[in-house]
Amino acid sequence: MAFLHVVSTGKTAAKSGLKSRSLTPYLLLAPGLIWLITFFIIPIFSLGSTSTMVRPEGAQIGVYVQELRFANYVDAFLANQDQYIRSFIYAALATLLALLIAYPLAYAIAFKSGKYRNILLVLVIAPFFTSFLLRTIAWTQILADSGPVVTAIKVLPFVDDLFRINNTSTAVVIGLAYNFLPFMTLPLYASLERIDPRTLEAAGDLYANGLTTFRKVTLPLSMPGLVAGTLLTFIPAAGDYVNAAILGNPSTKMIGNVIESRFFAVVDYPTAAALSFTLMATILILVTIYIRRSGTDELV
Amino acid sequence: MANHKVSQDTGDLKLDRVSKHYGDFCAVDDLSLIVPDGSFFALLGPSGCGKTTTLRMIAGLEEPTAGTISIGDTDITTQKSYRRNVNTVFQNYALFPHLTIFENVAFGLRRRGIKDVKAEVESALNLVEMGHLAERKPNQLSGGQQQRIAVARAIVNRPEVLLLDEPLGALDLKLRRQMQIELKRIQTEVGITFIHVTHDQEEAMTMADTIAVMNQGKIEQMGSATDLYEAPKTAFVANFLGQCNLIKGKITSRAGDKATVTAKGLTFEVPLARVATSNDSVFLGVRPEKLRLDDTGVNSIKNCVVTDRSFVGTSTQYLVRAPWDLELVVFEQNDEGLHDLRVGDTVSLEWDPEHTFALDGAGDINAGADLDDEE
Repeated sequence: MAFLHVVSTGKTAAKSGLKSRSLTPYLLLAPGLIWLITFFIIPIFSLGSTSTMVRPEGAQIGVYVQELRFANYVDAFLANQDQYIRSFIYAALATLLALLIAYPLAYAIAFKSGKYRNILLVLVIAPFFTSFLLRTIAWTQILADSGPVVTAIKVLPFVDDLFRINNTSTAVVIGLAYNFLPFMTLPLYASLERIDPRTLEAAGDLYANGLTTFRKVTLPLSMPGLVAGTLLTFIPAAGDYVNAAILGNPSTKMIGNVIESRFFAVVDYPTAAALSFTLMATILILVTIYIRRSGTDELV
Repeated sequence: MANHKVSQDTGDLKLDRVSKHYGDFCAVDDLSLIVPDGSFFALLGPSGCGKTTTLRMIAGLEEPTAGTISIGDTDITTQKSYRRNVNTVFQNYALFPHLTIFENVAFGLRRRGIKDVKAEVESALNLVEMGHLAERKPNQLSGGQQQRIAVARAIVNRPEVLLLDEPLGALDLKLRRQMQIELKRIQTEVGITFIHVTHDQEEAMTMADTIAVMNQGKIEQMGSATDLYEAPKTAFVANFLGQCNLIKGKITSRAGDKATVTAKGLTFEVPLARVATSNDSVFLGVRPEKLRLDDTGVNSIKNCVVTDRSFVGTSTQYLVRAPWDLELVVFEQNDEGLHDLRVGDTVSLEWDPEHTFALDGAGDINAGADLDDEE
């Protein structure tokens, strides 16, 4: 009897719930979908359309008409290729620097921190409690010509008295690496923490010394975190303009700075839009190649 | 597998007065042990008895606080784990999830710079009957299959000593039985010294030539399964291996080759060779299957009452209350002599003196009882 009862109520529930049930997924999707359409899909199309516009002869500043001029892309790239290439070099260097700092840090938190693990994790994300801009400005103080870092380095015998870090490419890379460090550390920590320490013991048991264990077991097993971390650092770093603006000089301008000034200072919307699109496409291609090459597409 | 059969004759594994302390806690206490080359040795004990710590010290994953460990004439006490010719089958197998089964098994060979690993890996995989799974990843395998791979991964290196840390703990009962037989077969085939750590007394008895029963960091008793079962030397061993009836009594005479024990006004005989103490206060022991529901023997207790009865197929198990405050377990084989008693029936118990043993009566009479199911 109990079974029959269940079956019959199941049936009625299915009947009456048919309409609402088929709507539920759409209702759940709606807020996100509306958000994405309004603030991502429409702007993308609008940006795409802007990128091929042309300013008519004698028109006012900021007035453009659509002429499907795809040569805008070539012009924009040729005029700014230095900044463009520089962006990717800086982003790559910053990613490397962040990786070198974050990997030992994440490793220590995952395997060696014991009861301090949670405190250390909070410290990793603690910088987020202060504004991005403020933290970057703080670095101008740390790296100032009379600041502690420069003074300490100047003690070294072979260092020139004119040595400085502020307003150099070094400062920009340091700033980028610093600002995106938590994005590198957290995914690395997450994948290192998942490694069973007994797997590492097993490697030692099977004649692998510490270095070999790291190369053959720890590193491959942390690849998903490493790939995620480098992407989360490289992508925003390549498009960043705050660090170059605050910590750099005119010859360290990145593509983000060009886009920013094209949009807001020069009011050259088509060039800014074309550069944005080129940047987006390049990052997309690089990321695809990177994920393919690292062989982690099934792991991520 | 012919090449595997040649045991390397590297000698016995010796632990000499080995201790391991963690702060104030003493995990292994002044332990000495010799495991003969090529034997299947079991370290048996309840959780926290120090058996895993002992194993980890042999593996090189822990360093002893005191004492030395050697294989043959080589002292390996402080040798790094990756330099020892000792391999471990870990409790949860600890296979490398990012490598194929083939590469898992080849790992140790490659680390020792062996280039051509194919033949050896394949023969190791065939030994555990897993040759067809070489290209899979560990997470595509069942627990039992992973267990076999873990054995192959260790054995392919032909270590002097193979350590097995509760290797069957995660398998279900049927698979466990099957693997017990498998492991025993593999050990016979390769002739490597196996040291098997387990809390499962049945597992130890099925597989090992020699069993060391550990308790609180010390070895209580060492011997063959039969020795330990038929002639335990301590109450802990008597209770931990199988079930045991212990009766508190006093030795009143030691004459010729037998001793007489009195308990609650009754006298019992026990061969002097089976008295494991020089104390007069003893626990008199007899295994449940050695008790008969009869009253003709030399050692007997009359006027007992059946308090519980359970039929378990091959035998019927009775709980029988002696005329004083003592419950005895009796297993009666299900054959033609079956008594088929009911709860409340009055019975007499008897058993032969040669099935009796006497243990030192100073300790806890319940030591080691109900410990084996903890993990």
